[in-house]
Amino acid sequence: MVGIVVISHSRTLAEGVAEVARAMGVGKAVVEPAGGDSEGGLGTSVDLVEGAVAAADGGDGVLLLADLGSSVLTAKMLIEDTDGGDVLLADAPLVEGAVAAASMAAAGADLAAVHAAAESAYDHRKTR
Amino acid sequence: MNASSMNAGSMKAGDAVSWIRHAAELVAADADRLTRLDAAIGDGDHGLNLDRGFRAATEALSGEASPGDVPPGKVLIAAGRAIVSKTGGASGPLYGTALRRAGKALGDTADVDAAALGAALRAALEGVQDLGKAAEGDKTMIDALAPAVAAYEAALADGADLPGCVSVAAGAAAEGADATVPMQARKGRASYLGARSIGHMDPGASSTALILRALSDVVAADAASGEG
Repeated sequence: MVGIVVISHSRTLAEGVAEVARAMGVGKAVVEPAGGDSEGGLGTSVDLVEGAVAAADGGDGVLLLADLGSSVLTAKMLIEDTDGGDVLLADAPLVEGAVAAASMAAAGADLAAVHAAAESAYDHRKTR
Repeated sequence: MNASSMNAGSMKAGDAVSWIRHAAELVAADADRLTRLDAAIGDGDHGLNLDRGFRAATEALSGEASPGDVPPGKVLIAAGRAIVSKTGGASGPLYGTALRRAGKALGDTADVDAAALGAALRAALEGVQDLGKAAEGDKTMIDALAPAVAAYEAALADGADLPGCVSVAAGAAAEGADATVPMQARKGRASYLGARSIGHMDPGASSTALILRALSDVVAADAASGEG
């Protein structure tokens, strides 16, 4: 199954988004949070993100979702470093993207489909 | 100490270590100013984060038994790795990528000449642009780094030696940082402020100017000691 990593500046935000996404993935989706800096404060820790990617990787690839700023840059840098093609960053809103990705991953879809599902989250408008 | 091993035409490992150490000193001395700049239009942690990152880089380099034996490229890659892992904010991946790309461009060369250092600075710029997707005029570190690289390359084409090229680059970076004051931010947290970001210097451009000044200081001191 494709694994999902939620990267946020906040540990509790990452954990909360992972909690919601796991529930939407009917308990089957593998969603790992990577929130905050290495001391538990606000920020981004590349070590925490690498650990979460390793934990989420079941062999079918890993999709990253990131909130903003350093989370996004850290995700992109990590993908550049791994250059294997089995870790992707979704250009998607954090919560909606994680939920869409978890739903698709739980259905057994491959990384490309999970990535596309997360990015399609932008199309789910709320007031129109 | 190998810092005096550099002649006017090349840069050795000791010089790369001296650069990172001096950059760490300048960042530490200016950390409060950088944080104040960031508090105006960003999230108010730039000086703090960068100080932590460069401190970690200095510590990583002091672990080298004899830095003089390590190629400059490897020194920059090690510094970049430490900065990525310890900085915490967006400047971690950006400066880390800049240093690592520069280090990769230098490869295993023991003596870096003016052309090789120019190519490394160009690689650093491209690395930052690949990652952050900012263009000149967006009010980011690119507004200091891009003119610095352009000025370096122009000086090199005019036949300047390595200290001359670096000095011109550091000057262009400082001017580039000053030029961010009237700009409206189009990247990062400051971009949420729209027109309210106008009138403040970009902290990333300012720290880029500092780091290039550190290189210029080290290279100039070395050239002077080599002549004397």
